[in-house]
Amino acid sequence: MQFPSRRRKQTSNPQTELYAHPLQFYGEPPLENMSLAEFETFAVDRLKLLKTVENLGVSYVKLSEPYAKKLESEFKNLSFPYRPEADDRKTQSGPNEYDKRRKDHISHFILRLAYCQTEDLRRWFIQQEVDLFRYRFNDLPAKQKLEFLHRNNLQYDTISVEEKKSLLDKLVNSSYAVSGITVEDQDFYKVPFQDALDLVRTRKVYLKAGYVYIPHQDIVTIVLNDFRTRLSKALALTARSLPAVHSDERLQPLLNHLSHAYVGQDYSIQKNVGKISLEQIDSLSGKSFPLCMRQLHQSLRENHHLRHGGRMQYGLFLKGIGLSLEQALQFWRSEFIRGKVDADKFDKAYAYGIRHMFGKEGKRADYTPYSCMKVILSNAPSQGDHHGCPFRHSDPELLKQKLQFYKVSPSGISQILELVKGMHYQLACQKYFELTHNIEDANFSLNHPNQYFIESQRVLGGGKDIKREMDAPQRPQEITAAKGNNAPREAATNDPQGLADMTEDLDSFFQDA
Amino acid sequence: MSSSDYDSACLPDLLPLYYRRLFPFSQYYRWLNYGGVQKNYFQNREFSFTLKDDIYVRYQSFSTQSELEKEMQKMNPYKIDVGAVYSHRPSQHNTVKSGTFQALEKELVFDIDMTDYDDVRSCCSAADICSKCWTLMTIAIRILDRALREDFGFQHLLWVYSGRRGVHCWVCDEAARKLSVAARSAVAEYLSLVKGGEEMMKKVVLSDPIHPFIRESLTVVERYFPRYALQDQDILGRKESVDKVLALRLHVRKELQQDFQNEKKPESRWKLIREQALRKQSTAKKGQHFEKEIMLQYCYPRLDVNVSKGVNHLLKSPFSVHPKTGRISVPIDLKELDTFDPFAVPTISLICEELDRPREGDEEEKSAETNENEKDTAERRKIRDYKRTSLAKYVKHLDQFLDGMARSWKGHLLRKSDLQKEF
Repeated sequence: MQFPSRRRKQTSNPQTELYAHPLQFYGEPPLENMSLAEFETFAVDRLKLLKTVENLGVSYVKLSEPYAKKLESEFKNLSFPYRPEADDRKTQSGPNEYDKRRKDHISHFILRLAYCQTEDLRRWFIQQEVDLFRYRFNDLPAKQKLEFLHRNNLQYDTISVEEKKSLLDKLVNSSYAVSGITVEDQDFYKVPFQDALDLVRTRKVYLKAGYVYIPHQDIVTIVLNDFRTRLSKALALTARSLPAVHSDERLQPLLNHLSHAYVGQDYSIQKNVGKISLEQIDSLSGKSFPLCMRQLHQSLRENHHLRHGGRMQYGLFLKGIGLSLEQALQFWRSEFIRGKVDADKFDKAYAYGIRHMFGKEGKRADYTPYSCMKVILSNAPSQGDHHGCPFRHSDPELLKQKLQFYKVSPSGISQILELVKGMHYQLACQKYFELTHNIEDANFSLNHPNQYFIESQRVLGGGKDIKREMDAPQRPQEITAAKGNNAPREAATNDPQGLADMTEDLDSFFQDA
Repeated sequence: MSSSDYDSACLPDLLPLYYRRLFPFSQYYRWLNYGGVQKNYFQNREFSFTLKDDIYVRYQSFSTQSELEKEMQKMNPYKIDVGAVYSHRPSQHNTVKSGTFQALEKELVFDIDMTDYDDVRSCCSAADICSKCWTLMTIAIRILDRALREDFGFQHLLWVYSGRRGVHCWVCDEAARKLSVAARSAVAEYLSLVKGGEEMMKKVVLSDPIHPFIRESLTVVERYFPRYALQDQDILGRKESVDKVLALRLHVRKELQQDFQNEKKPESRWKLIREQALRKQSTAKKGQHFEKEIMLQYCYPRLDVNVSKGVNHLLKSPFSVHPKTGRISVPIDLKELDTFDPFAVPTISLICEELDRPREGDEEEKSAETNENEKDTAERRKIRDYKRTSLAKYVKHLDQFLDGMARSWKGHLLRKSDLQKEF
């Protein structure tokens, strides 16, 4: 991407053409000159938008009414184009539609620069942009959808009326939204199943001999697939031209800061190593472990074994609260050898995995403890597994019994189950925190099992030396959280004042999120 | 007979014989070379060996069939795993710049393990299997084989007995080998109906409309259910197992428990459940499929999704020996699936003994061996060797499978050479 020095008039033809539709595939990079301040604002605003997309995706069913409503208001707040039918004329106050579309365009390309650098960043960025695109495409009126397909040359094969008739029964039973009548009225597209994985995964489409038959109303799936593929290729290309951008000393610190902002605290920094003794774990698991870890600890003690998913989730959590490699090996070995595994087998089959977790084997990556999002969304537990999120992966009936056993009050249980029903798993966990710690309002937004532990220790005030050590190693944004706004800010010290303000803004944003 | 009695202590003595005279190297190479359609396909394939005392050697790779043969005869692996085709030779993975060594392709694989059914079988648990619960594997193969062929359009499916308590499937179509991680996981999830870990009792939840894939799977299950679940496992017999079947079907549990007091026969009890479900379906609007959910929870294949997802995930190779049972991991001929008996699969001790049995023509062979063309003779002898053992029919099945694949890439090669001629 380039920002050539030639100044283009905003109203020049190609740009107007580019912004003629409220939604675009971001095929052409912006070519105009802009101020550094605007560059920063755009970038930060889009990042906020993507962060909102991510958070809403966890708390709500995507595209459900509250999801759409919340996202729409975020669009409004940040001046992104939110209502496609809004006309081009300038409204009474604030930026007009053209400005919003320009902002959408430019900000997307800025974040490409910040998020092309590693596999992890790319994955996160693509996921949020795809969700964002899905919401916006869905929101388009039918006419504009067709127009969009047309403008971007997206053509897909439709099936004949005869074929439709012969498959009628199957087509009706493959999609929630298709009935006998609507089958006749709408086009069905036949594409290779690889192009509509989301529908295949959830079995929401008819699949025959490697092809899916997609009703027109689900066409967003293929469009999204196209979008994802293009974006993924574009990011790979952008990464190659990155050295040129990095030589610009105005942009480099900003881009780096942007790309680090998404993960938030990763709880991998281990200044507190060795502050917990193995004897403490049993009592800590009852007092300060989130339910998922309490469950894993308990099944480990009962079965003297955990399967791979459980070892990863629990092992990394323990590493995060301060177990050293030696302690971890001792902890797992002493438990496993009480079961079917003898010491020899443990050293051969399991010790490697534990050293691996601590970055001592294989590619020597120092793995970070799993966040709630990761626990909820990836690697769902199956037969024999005890990992996952108890609020997401338990039968409500069993969850209820478990909570009763842990002496949660009946009214508390029903509050938790209500949240679970609404799929607010993290809120349910937070409610569990409040109930078990006897506080009204937890005053933090729970998104990580290790955060749960730290907050719990803070509230209980027990294990004082653990607590002090826990506070120290946090990132700048966490310092802000702990000590208020006058904390020193390493990341910003060398930057021009504007950038420092901006990053401060960013920090406080993510601390709220 | 004593010949099939396998003693794991003998393994170190038997393996050299197995790899020298019985392992079907030529078919094995023919498979993984895929007709030489893609350059370096065999050469960049990862093999990994498990040696004595669980020593695990990853990233082995070989440039030719004879190199593979020599290495296997030297190392005598207890177990062989097959991994992905990489961007570079796996044996040189340390010499290429980190990040550039990547897994590119692999067969789409499925791993079904009997231990994953422990909560729904009463005959055995953990690593044990018997002819009763083996029906679960038969059902799994029937369901998955149909779906992979008819729904996904794959043709070249190699089903393999793992040697102990499960089966593997290798989908070898070119399109399958090229699938991305995302596509693999989508396929695996499409095929997974039983979900949830130990904290989930009700593992199958159906909602309207019932997808054609689920209907097709149900017809398979229905064929085996009465005999397998009602008789062999007797899931509606003892009180505890009845409670388990009805667990969390709260809205019908009481009624059915009462009905069951006067009705002891499993078939009749099942009939009561079906009738109850039918009644509910006609009155309630939707979501009353508990009889189907029960059938699926008890019989539907349970996949290890993580094995299927990863391109670089290793899977035990066909014709590898299972060190615990001594049984050879053999391809299963689906034409004889219903009579396939895991306990009839030959052990390494059996086939090695079969090899030692005297037979006619031994004299001739000896004189032939002294011929000038010794290498050829050795090759021919090896082919005759496995034909003398119970391994023969499994190797033959692999041959047939490979012939089927060869037909598919013949066209491809022809097109390629045509293109070259145009120059």
